[in-house]
Amino acid sequence: MSETILEPAVHQESEAGTTRRMTLNMGPQHPSTHGVLRVVLELDGEFIEKATPEIGYLHTGIEKQCEALNWQQVITLTDRVDYLANLSNNLCYSLAVEKLLGLEIPPKAQWMRVMLAELTRINSHLVWLGTHALDMGAMTMFFLTFREREDLLRLFEMFSGQRLMTSYIRIGGLALDPPRGWEKLVHAFLADFPSKLDEYETLLNNNPIWLRRTKGIGMIPVEQMLDVGITGPLIRAAGIPLDARKMTPYSSYEKFDFMVPTSTDNDVFARYTVRMAEMRESLKIVQQAMDGMPEGPTRADAHRVVLPEREKMKTQMEALIYHFKIVTEGIAVPEGEVFQVVESPRGELGYYVVSDGTAKPLRVHMRTPSFANLQGLPRLIEKRQIADAIAVMGSLDFVLGDCDR
Amino acid sequence: MLSEAMLENETIAGLVAAHPAAVLAGHTQFAEITLTIEPAEIVATLAYLKYHQGFDRLSTVTAVDRYPLDPRFEMVYHLQAVGRNLRLRLRASVAAEIASATIVYSGADWYEREVFDLFGVVFTGHPNMKRIMMPDDWEGHPLRRDFPTHGFKYSYGEQQ
Repeated sequence: MSETILEPAVHQESEAGTTRRMTLNMGPQHPSTHGVLRVVLELDGEFIEKATPEIGYLHTGIEKQCEALNWQQVITLTDRVDYLANLSNNLCYSLAVEKLLGLEIPPKAQWMRVMLAELTRINSHLVWLGTHALDMGAMTMFFLTFREREDLLRLFEMFSGQRLMTSYIRIGGLALDPPRGWEKLVHAFLADFPSKLDEYETLLNNNPIWLRRTKGIGMIPVEQMLDVGITGPLIRAAGIPLDARKMTPYSSYEKFDFMVPTSTDNDVFARYTVRMAEMRESLKIVQQAMDGMPEGPTRADAHRVVLPEREKMKTQMEALIYHFKIVTEGIAVPEGEVFQVVESPRGELGYYVVSDGTAKPLRVHMRTPSFANLQGLPRLIEKRQIADAIAVMGSLDFVLGDCDR
Repeated sequence: MLSEAMLENETIAGLVAAHPAAVLAGHTQFAEITLTIEPAEIVATLAYLKYHQGFDRLSTVTAVDRYPLDPRFEMVYHLQAVGRNLRLRLRASVAAEIASATIVYSGADWYEREVFDLFGVVFTGHPNMKRIMMPDDWEGHPLRRDFPTHGFKYSYGEQQ
């Protein structure tokens, strides 16, 4: 279908004294803000003159809480930072602490981590696609994407016992051995999902409303994006292949063959195409991880850090002692500091972890992608219409828990 | 002072040549370079790194409270040069005040507000220095080491 795309409306300055500005509170309970975000809009008619995001409604003091818990207990808090990409957060924190400890992680655990991180990316992008399309009036997408997401959540539940707060990636490896029959479920998902992606694209790519509301909207020069700290699919849709998986590979990502999808259009539609391509790349990575999954243990051989197996605990005195020590005293992490970066579905996720040699972190700072991306929101929506702001906010794909911590 | 090995790194050598008073110390751990910067020179250092060494991204700004050391706060800046695929960490020890990095990297805005809110470090020259996470009328700075984690009493009944 060929549809002429109209130039999106841009605000023209009116003569002085002829306009009356209005201030409008968007949120904190607005459905399109996907959480408790408040944006104070100064309006001139339908046009946004000035936008001021107010965050902090979901600030729960996670960084403070990290300083009060043992190293291994912090894992449960990292789940709650970005509640749509729990495993990416688990992974980032674990990698940081493992670097400080100097732990060697067995290949099987590394590959499982990669596989789960990529499934998390698909899961997160599915939620983004469903809610983004829902904001634009395409309600069917929401039902379709959540149908597929359910498969993934069932898979996460099978692995960790939890659908959302997985805490499955732990310091030293994985929390549990992979459950019996997990390959079958992942294979079924891999076989099924590409056709589902095609289905989404047939629904959206020729949809005139979708095209009009996304093409040419939310552009911002690349230099400004870098300056303000925007990362992830947004900056890749502007042509910069900034991806921590390629630039500073972690957890054996260098052994996987995948592309970093980019686009140069830099609008809301480009961000949609980039994320759709990313889901296909993630499928490729999951397939490679399945094909070449190494054999062996899923936890590092470090008795002072990793909890012993249950069977050993019941039969060996030493294992019981180590278990007792780890649980009661925690693990001592050598002095030092690490800034570990992983590519979360939303962009650059970094954990800055400082240890003073005790059983509790001195400081855990989370460099979360949503926080930095949201900071760029005013530049993306000012001088645009309110309806465009909805589209832009959807394309930012922020999670307020990730932003406020 | 800096070791010979660190000065072989051209970024650091360039920085030392351009701003001799800026770099106080430096070390490499886990392949991450950390430079300790004289707090008064922080903006000049960031500007040099951005405009002459290609560090076009400020990844994050945060602080570490080293209470009871004096000066107690350690400002930490993580930079990235996207084109050269390099990362760099800058550190500066401050008592309570440091110049704002917003004139070099506008992305420092929210990060500095966060540090002000949670640690109480004031950034001179910041365009909008107010709380970002906590309510505006909150007393104290929660991420300080001497701020209690538990047992904080909050009365809903007696409002003045």
